[in-house]
Amino acid sequence: MRIGSTLTVSFRALRRNAMRSTLTALGIIIGVGAVIAMVSIGNGAKSMVEAQIAALGENVLLVFSGSISQGGARSGSFGAGTLTVEDADAIQREVTTVIAVSPEVRMGAQVLANGLNWSTQILGEGPDYLSIRMWPLSDGNMFTDSDIRSVGKVCIVGQTIVTQLFPDGAPIGQTLRIRNQPFKVVGVLAAKGLSVQGADQDDLVIVPYTSAMKRVARQTMLRSINVQAASAEAIAVAQADIIALLRQRHRTTEQTDDFTVRNQEEIAQAATATSKTMTLLLGAIAGVSLLVGGIGIMNIMLVSVTERTREIGIRLAVGAHGREIQLQFLTEAVVLSAFGGSLGILLGIGASELLSQINHWPTLVSPLAVVVAFLFSAAVGVVFGFYPARKASLLDPIEALRYE
Amino acid sequence: MAAVVQLEDIHKIYDSGEVQVHAVRGVSLELHKGEFMAIMGASGSGKSTLMNTLGCLDRPTRGRYLLDGVDVSQLDRNELADLRNEKLGFVFQGFNLLSRTTALENVELPMLYGPRRVSGRQLREQALHCLDIVGLSDRADHFPSQLSGGQQQRVAIARALVNNPQVLLADEPTGNLDSKTSVEVLGVFETLNQQGITIVMVTHELDIARYCKRNLIMRDGRVVSDIAVADRFFAEQELQRLRDAEVAAKLTG
Repeated sequence: MRIGSTLTVSFRALRRNAMRSTLTALGIIIGVGAVIAMVSIGNGAKSMVEAQIAALGENVLLVFSGSISQGGARSGSFGAGTLTVEDADAIQREVTTVIAVSPEVRMGAQVLANGLNWSTQILGEGPDYLSIRMWPLSDGNMFTDSDIRSVGKVCIVGQTIVTQLFPDGAPIGQTLRIRNQPFKVVGVLAAKGLSVQGADQDDLVIVPYTSAMKRVARQTMLRSINVQAASAEAIAVAQADIIALLRQRHRTTEQTDDFTVRNQEEIAQAATATSKTMTLLLGAIAGVSLLVGGIGIMNIMLVSVTERTREIGIRLAVGAHGREIQLQFLTEAVVLSAFGGSLGILLGIGASELLSQINHWPTLVSPLAVVVAFLFSAAVGVVFGFYPARKASLLDPIEALRYE
Repeated sequence: MAAVVQLEDIHKIYDSGEVQVHAVRGVSLELHKGEFMAIMGASGSGKSTLMNTLGCLDRPTRGRYLLDGVDVSQLDRNELADLRNEKLGFVFQGFNLLSRTTALENVELPMLYGPRRVSGRQLREQALHCLDIVGLSDRADHFPSQLSGGQQQRVAIARALVNNPQVLLADEPTGNLDSKTSVEVLGVFETLNQQGITIVMVTHELDIARYCKRNLIMRDGRVVSDIAVADRFFAEQELQRLRDAEVAAKLTG
């Protein structure tokens, strides 16, 4: 077989019908483009979730306050709160695999400074909170145990608070009023940016949990307890120990537990499972469009074989073998789909770039997706080009020449 | 001298389900190098079937066909294709050029399916040479749609010549052309024949057949007459006559 000549013939035929070739490839261009863009978006979301999970801190366990039942009405999670400061102390004291504990309360409040006001989230935490979350300060110092004991009027502010309430940019030492209580700013948090859900993580004020409970919220229960285990291996042991300890303290069983303990791994799994499902779903939809593109190629190639029956007759008459005709049409199909695949890759990368520019969505072009999409589109050419090519190769030269 | 084409008792029977059509019933003939033969006959006489057999597009049901000393009756599809490529040149009534393809690329086509690997430059040179023979080297880059019927047929002749065939087979080559263009095309055949190329032409027009050296008349699948043409027409004379008539028509008009 004269492969070189057959390739020449195929390329000449495609060039002759440049418009039709491009339109035929369009299905594949869009299919591959969609696959790449979708997978990029999915990957971007996944990597962002992963970064978020990592930002949670190292070897972190979260103890959430569960629901309580009062006269038959059950509060939801974090409802009235079932965790106490004593629970947190007990965990610190009795669970040996735990290295740091930070009791947590949360509330929304209007804060004032410099004649400006801003509605934000107030976190009551222990002094170890920032080290558990691995969240550095950009300025100042974290409050200390003595501030906890003295119910100190000190606070740490996020970057958004600095921007909104301290136009001079130097909040350290200035006073911030939370529900009419003055708090002195002793530290500024490093910027953290947006969360997966798009919430501003820098829009918060952190105060000692004792101050939050007694001065601001006037509540006695904790929302949750942040716990840091000694090592990754210790997480499971710590989790079991905390559950056992709290069951003993709250006199509950597995059925009646009024708290939940989550470790970072579980949270990560839940979050990445969502984004994985999303990636898979988007990829599947895009895959369908790729399949449709392939059927489009087969369709056009079949029409093309009928339309070019006379051409095939001429080629057979001047000495082409059936296999060469087959190879020609197969090559045309594969070149079309590979060309479509290449353009589709560019389109997909461009589209994901554009999406991340316009919507500020994180996107991450996956090299694997690029390779797979390209190979798949070439395979589409072979599979869907084979039948029309075979059909063309079996034509009888006399019949084909007579074809009008 | 050995015959280029030798047919011995060729039969062709088409089996279309219930009816059997006996299209060619025992044709024997010899064709020597340099002959210029017309096959004539009414439609249904079997001349097209005989032509397809001569052109190795179809195999005879019975009989022996030697082309250039090779028995082609027993060859398979691909071997027949190679034979068509190397030893035969085809010219069709409807020209059968590839549309949206330049004259040059049309002429190159048979070389692409040839036994030898030919470089792009050689392809081009050989194709241009053949276009030159038919007087169209200045139209190499034209598409068929930009050429007149006569020019298209000359491109087709150039294509038929490009692999230096033993026999040139023309199936009603002037069927789609007006009389003056027909004579011009016949002139090309005449010139080629003078250079020693063997030509077989199917036609149903008597005055076209008179440009050939030998006339074969078929009826009901048999050869009924096989004669040398006594008073041949020559294209150059005929063209001169047509020009004179035109001038005369203008003068009287």
